[in-house]
Amino acid sequence: MTRAEISLSVNGEPVEVTFAPYKTLLELLREDLALTGTKHGCELGECGACAVLIDGEPQLSCLLLALECAGRSVETVEGMAESWQSGAGLHPLQAAFADLGAAQCGYCTPGILLTAKALLAHEPEPSRERIQEAISGNLCRCTGYQQIVEAIEEGARRMADESHR
Amino acid sequence: MKVIGKPRRRVDGRAKVTGLTRFADDVVLPRMLHMKMLRSPHPHALIESIDVSRAAAYAGVHLVLTGKDFPASFGILPITQDEYPLAPEHVRYIGDPVAAVVARDEQTAGEALELIEVRYQPLDTISSPEEALAKPEPRLHAYSERGNIHRLQAFQFGDADAAIAQSDYVFEDLFFYEGNTHLPIEQHACVAALDADGKLALWSSTQVPHYVHRALARVLQMPASQIRVIATPNGGGFGGKCDVCNHEMVAGKAAMMLGRPVKICLTREEVFYMHRGRHPVLMKFRTGVSKDGKLTGMHLQTLVDGGAYGSYGVASTFYTGALQTVTYELPRYQFEAARVFTNKPPCGPKRGHGTPQPRFGQEIQLDKIAERLGKDPAELRLGMLVKPNSLTANWLKIGSIGLEQCIRAVVERSGWKQRFRKMGPGRGLGLACGSYLCGAGLPIYWNKMPQSGVQMLLDRSGQITVFCGATEIGQGSDDVLAAIVAEVLGVDPQEVRCITGDTGITPVDLGSYSSRVTVMMGNAAIQAAEKLKAMLAEAAAEELEVVPDRLQFANGHVSFDARSLTFAEAVVLAEVKFGTLGAVGSYSPPRAPGRYKGAGVGPSPAYSYSACVVEAEVDAATGWIRIPKIWIAHDIGRTINPVLARGQVEGSVYMGLSEALMEEQVFRRLPAKLSRALVHKFPSLLEYKSITSLDMPEVDTVLIEDPDPNCPFGAKEVGQGPLLPVMPAVANAIYDAVGVRIDELPITPDKVMRALELKAAGKPARVGPEHFPAVPYPAPIVVPPPWEGGDGKEAKRDDAAAVV
Repeated sequence: MTRAEISLSVNGEPVEVTFAPYKTLLELLREDLALTGTKHGCELGECGACAVLIDGEPQLSCLLLALECAGRSVETVEGMAESWQSGAGLHPLQAAFADLGAAQCGYCTPGILLTAKALLAHEPEPSRERIQEAISGNLCRCTGYQQIVEAIEEGARRMADESHR
Repeated sequence: MKVIGKPRRRVDGRAKVTGLTRFADDVVLPRMLHMKMLRSPHPHALIESIDVSRAAAYAGVHLVLTGKDFPASFGILPITQDEYPLAPEHVRYIGDPVAAVVARDEQTAGEALELIEVRYQPLDTISSPEEALAKPEPRLHAYSERGNIHRLQAFQFGDADAAIAQSDYVFEDLFFYEGNTHLPIEQHACVAALDADGKLALWSSTQVPHYVHRALARVLQMPASQIRVIATPNGGGFGGKCDVCNHEMVAGKAAMMLGRPVKICLTREEVFYMHRGRHPVLMKFRTGVSKDGKLTGMHLQTLVDGGAYGSYGVASTFYTGALQTVTYELPRYQFEAARVFTNKPPCGPKRGHGTPQPRFGQEIQLDKIAERLGKDPAELRLGMLVKPNSLTANWLKIGSIGLEQCIRAVVERSGWKQRFRKMGPGRGLGLACGSYLCGAGLPIYWNKMPQSGVQMLLDRSGQITVFCGATEIGQGSDDVLAAIVAEVLGVDPQEVRCITGDTGITPVDLGSYSSRVTVMMGNAAIQAAEKLKAMLAEAAAEELEVVPDRLQFANGHVSFDARSLTFAEAVVLAEVKFGTLGAVGSYSPPRAPGRYKGAGVGPSPAYSYSACVVEAEVDAATGWIRIPKIWIAHDIGRTINPVLARGQVEGSVYMGLSEALMEEQVFRRLPAKLSRALVHKFPSLLEYKSITSLDMPEVDTVLIEDPDPNCPFGAKEVGQGPLLPVMPAVANAIYDAVGVRIDELPITPDKVMRALELKAAGKPARVGPEHFPAVPYPAPIVVPPPWEGGDGKEAKRDDAAAVV
């Protein structure tokens, strides 16, 4: 089978990769780039577990062909901490999720973290309703969502505090 | 206490927010191959022939397996070893696996599946319990008790019918609880591989690695000592990963045959077919009540739709009756149950295992009783609570019970007294309670060994390593383990390294089910940690010249007043004095007092209790239901980490509410021109409705602490119990809002509309089952309750005759 080749940016680093052309971005990330932090729950665009940021906007990586991502900038959960100059630390959203019980099994967590990050990039102080709306495409079976919403609020506060410091 | 009860980041929190938690499908090994399974498209058929020659010859295919490669059956319960990894001749539901292909990649394996030619001889389908009762043939399983009735159970704890007949009031109600599924966001996956010494290793998203280990030994006909099962952290379980799965057995066999790692990850559709979820249950409650609001007797009948295989079903069926006695005083109780086989995906344990269904019926019936007696539903319940340290009619031993505080908390916080029956049209409040096990008293295979083991190592670096077979499924079992050890040794939980759920290197723990882990693992962990603490204290006492008893273990130090050692310094002294430092702990539950056949289901070291108030708004024009707020109080005994405990309560409320309003695993028949097969109505996350962040109401959570002496630091379960009161509280709130009774789940707008139309027409404003079919329940096992002179054993035949 002919293999496809593209260049793209993944977590801020330039990447050149060859792969089977039928692959989705989800498969490219997990299977060809060993970025297994991005999860799958249905591979049909129903659960939101595979959400990543494409040029800063949340998209379901299971519904995107990898070929469509040539030249684009992809951010996964593995890149979150570095995107906040935290190095080995955590992005404030990650820290708030860990502290406030927003991750139980942790399987839907990467997709929700990135969705929340994109929301806060547009609206640094979103209302509770806006947060609920933003993550309504991400299914979580563990938490009942309340601690996730609270962690996003707390993450927003911590981001503001750390930015002002 | 320094650790227990303090809100903390869980010990595995960092891994979960960085994407570093390694789930089963994240396991990638060199030379790994990929597997797909071919599943029956018929709900019921005999396999006439399977031709795999084209698939086997397909480029990139390494192995094709069929039923004839697997002579041995398996099953989670010793009495129902009724499944084969691949069906040899008889398929019993759409999705029953018949063949497997192992290939260089998933794509190739999928293409090769289509080249396998299977000739089926379709059989008539048993689609419902009524059909199963009426049609003994075609029979799904030769081992069933009779025809398509898998199992019949009947017990009489005192003459309940006589007590009911003599009561001031008699209530008879039918309820139906539709089946639903776990829907963990992680699909089941596993990787099987031979390790360097030729032993088999299986990484799997399972809640029960020990049981998978045993099943692999049986199915692959190899010594259990040659097998290692590693439970990867589960991306949600809820009971859906409690069973031993076909794909685990087949991947294990393929890895053994090929000498290469083999991975399979199920598709979402396959997860729906594998199921093992909530059993649909039809229930008939006959309950006697005295004028002053006491229960005099209850006669409960259940009819349980098991689907195509045994799974945990015999236990699930017992659980539809076993816990009716642990909440409210019930002097006499009769329970009859039947589980039938149907050609649908097998049902099994889901959060609450067999008890949410009768809880739904019992708590709605109590609401009806309160109304008829003119009593407040909260007061009625407060007047009939089981006493602490008592025995129930079916010989369960109750320890602590914090339910009175739970009821008072939700009544107070919801403004119940000011608002119930006074909120005006379309708005209402409903109240219900629940109780659950803190671990099943018996293991699923009979033995007298510990049900949980913990092993600990300390070394001179000060590091603390704890090994336990318990399985992290998101509930926080690793955090509980670290917290308990940290509390005993006076260190930060983040100092404790937990190695769990690996049958090759961790002591046996039976797994994450029946809310058993905190109590059983926790008690074993305290025992192990206390042994090491005593050694550290003895060594440190010599150095500090004090008696060991006076030493404090706190904040990473061992000290007496100003004399102090760091924890690591104390370890060095102990290592000098005693040599290499290690200790083990074990836990077995106390022996239950019941001695009759069937007494094994229901006993537990402790019972948790919950009370819930739900507020509902119902639009009378559309039947649309909105839930603005839920108040819940849970008797947790003692909270280990309030962040996680609250998460378990809210997650339970969420799942209960989702079951109450929308979740249903239902089937439909295809039209005649399309085979009339019985198919899953919607095996996808989009069509199988569940609550999203937009639908979820505010939840007010209260944790009631009434420490139980059988539990570690008094801590009871919290993962399942808080689900139980939610569904009936929703139904009761809808009645308060619009005056209609919906006696079946889920409660959807169409059912509300139908009931409102009946009400408008002056008919009984109720939607629910109308008829309970004739079930050939056997003569009951008669066991006199404790207060009628029983000794926990079945009455001898003469006594039984006298009682009847």
